[in-house]
Amino acid sequence: MSNLTDLTLAEGRDKLAKGEFTAVELTQAHIQAIEAKRNLNAFIVETPELALEEAKASDLRRRAGTNGAMDGLAIGIKDLFCTKGVQTTAASHILEGFKPPYESTVSGKLKAAGAISLGKLNLDEFAMGSSNQTSYFGAVENPWKRKSDPTAKLVPGGSSGGSAAAVAARMVMAATGTDTGGSIRQPAAFCGITGIKPTYGRCSRFGVVAFASSLDQAGPMARTVRDCAIMLGSMAGFDPNDSTSVNMAVPDFEAALTGDIRGLKIGIPKEYRPVGLSEEVAKVWEQGVEWLKAAGATPVEISLPHTKYALPTYYIIAPAECSSNLARYDGLRFGLRVPGKSLDEMYAKTRAAGFGAEVRRRILIGTYVLSAGYYDAYYAKAQKVRRLIADDFAKAFETVDVILTPTAPSAAFGQGEGSDDPVTMWLNDVFTIPTSMAGLPGLSLPAGLSSDGLPLGLQLIGRPFDEETVFKVAGVMETAANFTARPEGI
Amino acid sequence: MAYIIQGETGDWEIVIGLEVHAQVTSKSKLFSGASTEFGAEPNTQVSFVDAGFPGMLPVINEICVEQAVRTGLGLNARINLTSVFARKNYFYADLPQGYQISQFDKPIVGEGELVLDMPDGSTRTVGIERLHLEQDAGKSIHDMHPSKSFIDLNRSGVALMEVVSKPDLRSPEEAGLYLTKLRSILRYLGTCDGNMQEGSMRCDANVSVRPVGETGLRTRCEIKNVNSIRYVQQAIEFEARRHVDVYEAGGDIRQETRLFDSVKVETRSMRSKEQAHDYRYFPDPDLLPLVIEQGFVDGIKAGLPELPDAKKARFMAEYGLNAYDAGVLVAERISADFFETVAKGRDAKIACNWVMGDFFAAMNATGKTMENPPVSATDLGGLIDLIGDGTLSGRLAKDVFALMVETGKAPAALVEEKGLRQVTDTGAIEAAIDVVIKANPDKVQQVRDGKTTLLGWFTGQVMKATQGKANPAMVNEMLAKKVLGE
Repeated sequence: MSNLTDLTLAEGRDKLAKGEFTAVELTQAHIQAIEAKRNLNAFIVETPELALEEAKASDLRRRAGTNGAMDGLAIGIKDLFCTKGVQTTAASHILEGFKPPYESTVSGKLKAAGAISLGKLNLDEFAMGSSNQTSYFGAVENPWKRKSDPTAKLVPGGSSGGSAAAVAARMVMAATGTDTGGSIRQPAAFCGITGIKPTYGRCSRFGVVAFASSLDQAGPMARTVRDCAIMLGSMAGFDPNDSTSVNMAVPDFEAALTGDIRGLKIGIPKEYRPVGLSEEVAKVWEQGVEWLKAAGATPVEISLPHTKYALPTYYIIAPAECSSNLARYDGLRFGLRVPGKSLDEMYAKTRAAGFGAEVRRRILIGTYVLSAGYYDAYYAKAQKVRRLIADDFAKAFETVDVILTPTAPSAAFGQGEGSDDPVTMWLNDVFTIPTSMAGLPGLSLPAGLSSDGLPLGLQLIGRPFDEETVFKVAGVMETAANFTARPEGI
Repeated sequence: MAYIIQGETGDWEIVIGLEVHAQVTSKSKLFSGASTEFGAEPNTQVSFVDAGFPGMLPVINEICVEQAVRTGLGLNARINLTSVFARKNYFYADLPQGYQISQFDKPIVGEGELVLDMPDGSTRTVGIERLHLEQDAGKSIHDMHPSKSFIDLNRSGVALMEVVSKPDLRSPEEAGLYLTKLRSILRYLGTCDGNMQEGSMRCDANVSVRPVGETGLRTRCEIKNVNSIRYVQQAIEFEARRHVDVYEAGGDIRQETRLFDSVKVETRSMRSKEQAHDYRYFPDPDLLPLVIEQGFVDGIKAGLPELPDAKKARFMAEYGLNAYDAGVLVAERISADFFETVAKGRDAKIACNWVMGDFFAAMNATGKTMENPPVSATDLGGLIDLIGDGTLSGRLAKDVFALMVETGKAPAALVEEKGLRQVTDTGAIEAAIDVVIKANPDKVQQVRDGKTTLLGWFTGQVMKATQGKANPAMVNEMLAKKVLGE
C-alpha cells in the first residue's frame, strides 16, 4: 500500500469515492510514513489515534453519503492553528503544553470537510523565520539533498517548514501553512511543492496564533496546483469572528483550471533582478516566461518601483504588530510561567525563558519603532510606503492579469549557513514580501532543479481575490514544467 | 461669581478639564459576547477574547457604537463617520491582551458642548473635546492574600465611553455641576447608568492654576479615578491650593499623575511624566476603521428622548416654572415625569410646590427614591384635586399628605376614614365663632377700636375649636362680619 502516500488530494478523493481503499487505510499509510521520517522533525505533535478514529468516522460518512469535499484525506496542520484539545505551541517554549479549548476557523472548516489531521507541524517560532531553525522544538530538515553533498542537512525554508517538508516527504497529502512575508511560498519553493498565500481576508485568522495581524494569511501547501485549489476551497470563506475576513463568496477554484491562458498578459517586473540573483533562478524564471508564451499568453515588462523598500518596510510593520500581539504571553493565564518576586520580574523571567532569540529581536524592534518620538519616522512612514507598494501593483494590474517572479533568490541552503546574520536570512523573502504588503494572492510552484539537484520555485501574483487566474496560469505552468523530481529515497 | 484662590502674591484662578469614563449600557462587551452584568462571581463573564487567548480576535459590538453615537448626539457633538480603534500597549496583570483597544487620534465623537445649570438659575456652556470608545481592564484585588494578587476579568473588555471636556471649568463647584449634568444626560439617553459607587462612571480631573488675568495654561496634574462628585470637588480644591502654594514658594509644578486620598482629603503623586508609560499607540490591525452611515446616525437622532435642557425650557414656557425649579425637576427623567403626571390637568405651580416641597421632603425623610416614591404621582394629584374642590384646606391637606406617606393610602380614602373633610357648614362655623366672641369681649372691643390685626387670632381660635376642619376663608369672612359688623 506504500503508493497510497504518493496520491495527490484529487486522486485520493476520486479513489476513495470509487471505494478503491478506505480512509482508514489511507490514514494508516500516512501514519507509517510519518514514523519512517521522524528524522526530519516535521511534526511537533503526532495524533495517530485521533486520526484513525476520524478516519473510521469518515468511512462511515462515506457509506452514509454525507461525506465532505476532503473526506478521508490525510493532512497536517501547522502548529500555529489552535486545535481544540491538541497542544498548540507556535513552536515556542512559552506555549509548551497549551491545549486550546477552541478550534481555529480554518482547521475547523477542514475538519468539517472531512479532512483528517495527522498532527501539528513544526515551524519557526511564532512563524518568525525563513529556515525553520528558530523552532523551540528543533530545526526541520529538508528531505531534499544536494547532489554535491548528500550528507548536509538543508533547511526546508520557513516559517511553514514542517508543512513543506511533510508534504514533500509524502508524510501527508497536504498541509496548512500561514504566510506573513513568504512563509508558505518560500518553503514550498525550497521543498519542491506548491503553496498559495491567498488574498488577505480570504481565510479567517480566528484561532491562528497571531504574528503580524495585517499580513498573516492562511493557505494550503500541497503537491499540485489542483490540490491547492481543492484545499483552499475548504479553508476559505467569511468568518464573522474575524473582522478582517472578507464577506465574498468562495469561487470553485478547481473549476478555474481550464488550461486556457490564451490572451492573458503576464507581468514581468524589472525590479525583481537584484544584484546577486542566482543565475539558475534567473534561468528558471526566463524558462517560465517561455512556457507561458508558448501557451498563448503575452509577457509584458512592468515596473514596481517601490519594490526595494518592501523589505525594510516589512521589518518595521511586522515587528511592530508582533511586539503588541505577543504581549499576551505574560505567564498569567496559559503557557509558561517563571515566578518572580514582583509582577514585572515574573514578566521578564517568563518572557526571557519563553521566547527565542529571533522572537525577542523582533519584539525589541517593534517596541522601538512604535515608541514615542519614533512612531512617525518609522511606523507611520512604513504605512505610507506600504500604500505605495500596493499602488505599484494596482497600477501594474491595469495592464497585466498576473505577475511572474522567482519565489526565492536561491535554492534551499544548509542548516546553520548564514544564520549568524539575521539580515541575510531576511533577504530570503525579498520576492514574497511585496505581495504580502499589498495583500495579494501569491502562489509558488516548482519549476525546475538547480545544478545541485534542488528545487527552484516560481511565484505567480494575482489581483486581489483573483486566485482563480493565479490557479489557471499555475496549472498551465505546472504542465509545462512537468516537475517529477522527488527527494532522494521518497 | 468667579472662584478665586487668594494667595499671598495675588488672586489665582483654577483651570479644570475632566475626563469621565462612563460604562456603556449594553448586554455584552465591546468586542466579545460575554455578559456585562454587575456583581457576578469573579471570572464567570469572560470569553477567550476577553482573556487574551492566542488567536482570539475582537469583533465590534454594534450596540456599543450606537450608544456612543447617541451620547455624542446628546452632547450636541460632531459624529465622525469614520473612526479608528488603536491599541494602547502596556503590561499589567488585569490587562490580558497586553494592550487596551481604545481610540486615539480618530475618535467616534468630536467636539460638542454641555450646559451647566448654575444655582442662581443662569447657565454656562462648557466645551466637550471628544468622546471615544475603549475597553475596560479587569480588576486586581490585592488584599486577599499576603503575597498574591487576585484577578477578576469580568470587567475586562466592557465598553467604556471616555468623555473629555475642554479646560473650561473654573471651580470645584462647576466640576460638580458638570458631572451632575453629564450623568443626567447619560441617564436620559440610557447610555450609562451613571453609578459612581459601582464604578460605572469614573472621573479623572486635570487641574492647573494661573494668576487672574494670565491667559496661557500652566502645567497640569491629573488626578486619577475619583469615584464621587464630592471627592472630585475636594480633590480639585486641594490640588489647586497645592499649586498656588508651590508657585508662591517659588517652586514649579511637575506634570504628573496623582491619586486622591478620600480619608486624608489630599492628593499625592502616583507617577511623574518621566515614569509615565509609553503606550505605543498604533491602529489595531485586527479591526478595520469603523465606518458608519449618516443614515445610522439620523436614525438614532430621530429616536432621541427630550433631553434635560429642552425639557427645562419647556417646563419654564409651558408650566411657568422658574429656572431653579425647572432645573431641579428635570435633573432626572423620572422626577420630571413624576412632576408632569402630577401637573397634568392641574395648576402647574401648585403641583410644582407640592413636588418640590412636601414630596421631596418626605422622600428625604423616609429615605425612599423616585423609583419607589413615598407617595405616587396619581395620589399626589388626587390630593391637589381635593384642595381644589374645597374638600380639604391647605392645612388639612398637609395632614392628609403625612398620612399618605405613613399609610400609603389614597387621599380620598383617608379623608373618609379620618373624617378630615373641611367644614363648610355656615351654621357650625357660626356657632364656633359665637363661642369665641362670647369668651373674649375685651379682644372684640380692641378689634372694633381699630386693632384689626387681632382678627387673625380669632381665626386661629376658631380653627382650633373645629380641629382645623373649618374652611379658613369662610371663617375669616364670617368673623369680619360678626366682629366688625361689616
